[in-house]
Amino acid sequence: MKALKLDPFLSKLQEADALEKIQDLIQELRETLAIDHVVYHWVSADGEQYGYGTYDPIWVQHYIDQDYLRVDPVVLGCFQQFHPVDWKRLDWSHRAARAFRKDAIDHGVGNQGYSIPIRGPNGQFALFSISHSTDDESWARFTAENQRDLILIAHFLNQKALELEKDRAPEPIRALSPREIDTLTFLAMGYSRGQVADMLEISEHTLRAYIESARFKLGALNTTHAVARALAEGLIVVGGASRAAHGNWPGRRSEKNAAAN
Amino acid sequence: MLRYLNGDALSNFPKLRDGMHRDRAAQFRDRLKWEVQVDAAGFERDQYDDLNPLYVIWEMPDGTHGGSMRFLPTSGRTMVHEHFPTLLGGADIRSDHIWECTRFCIAKGAGANVAAALMLAGGELMRAFELTHLLGVFDARMVRIYKMIGASPQVLGSSGEGRDKISVGLWQFIHTDRAKVLRRAGVSSDMSEYWFKRSLGHAIKRSIAA
Repeated sequence: MKALKLDPFLSKLQEADALEKIQDLIQELRETLAIDHVVYHWVSADGEQYGYGTYDPIWVQHYIDQDYLRVDPVVLGCFQQFHPVDWKRLDWSHRAARAFRKDAIDHGVGNQGYSIPIRGPNGQFALFSISHSTDDESWARFTAENQRDLILIAHFLNQKALELEKDRAPEPIRALSPREIDTLTFLAMGYSRGQVADMLEISEHTLRAYIESARFKLGALNTTHAVARALAEGLIVVGGASRAAHGNWPGRRSEKNAAAN
Repeated sequence: MLRYLNGDALSNFPKLRDGMHRDRAAQFRDRLKWEVQVDAAGFERDQYDDLNPLYVIWEMPDGTHGGSMRFLPTSGRTMVHEHFPTLLGGADIRSDHIWECTRFCIAKGAGANVAAALMLAGGELMRAFELTHLLGVFDARMVRIYKMIGASPQVLGSSGEGRDKISVGLWQFIHTDRAKVLRRAGVSSDMSEYWFKRSLGHAIKRSIAA
């Protein structure tokens, strides 16, 4: 099991222009993480489902034939959750669940698993899961160390799947609020967080929440990425024209300094 | 002791569940005079309870409800966005790393440590799930309690006056605050981490990434 390099994966994901490419990316992810399996499983509001993953096709067919969806504690247990779940925490007490687990392990799924549920728009639901054969302690360490990256991957995979899904209107980009636009604009202009917080008359702590919210809405990895995306999509405008257009906004105060430099 | 329970797991703890909904009716309808829905059984429930939120419940030594609160990610439907959007001060805060905390409730007669223990749990959720902030709705009385515990939120906006004031605020995880809150709760760090792990099977990461 290895730590993840997020950037190359996400830039490839961003370029993906067909659902089938998700399969290649997931396979690559398995190699990078050096674990047994990676699976992305989608269930639409009307119950339609599909998935991409590295399980043995024999197991996938067997799962469908056995109608394991109705038994699988991972799917049943994670449905409607919003935080990551270690498979050990799920309810395996029923006989059918235990038989399913044995069957899954026999088919090479692994004895450890970790799933990140994703709630999309209109009741869409997806699960991003990883699994492996190892002891409890190593697994706990691995999932703890990679948790944040895995959550980001799950989220971005789902965004991509929503975007590429046929016959489905793309999810409207959630609008940035005026405060978030101000925040990103000032950051793009080179102001520090402290300065921006001061200009907006809020604490840095509140500013960080605005930045995090803007990052999430833009599907960005970090603050720099969020600023770059907002600029690329024309959500914020930085430069002389915008200053003239917006009148007496706080950025104008810096014009004198900028001219002096 | 603290229990972290998703809505669909509450049925395994009927005593805690019923106590929570009854104590919520006592706090929000009877004491604060909020316009909340209370059913024939005396339970206060709302539409957000149907979204399978994560509850944190303080269980008393006799197995009854001592206090609780409710979490939902701001990437989905939340009470703040649907009922108090004007209190966000022009911001529309949304992220799967920012969770909303509502229905912070303390049972009548519960000790002063219970509010602190719930705050502690909020911090544990932030550490464990790498949340950047918690977003909360709270009444005037809570402002003093949060301050006393040593974990005051940044208030984004308020409406109403005096006792009727309702505010929306943001919490950020601060390490030094955790030590203070642990003391107020009368709980050791190890105990708190053990309670979390027992409920959610997920160790709280000790080192925070830069």
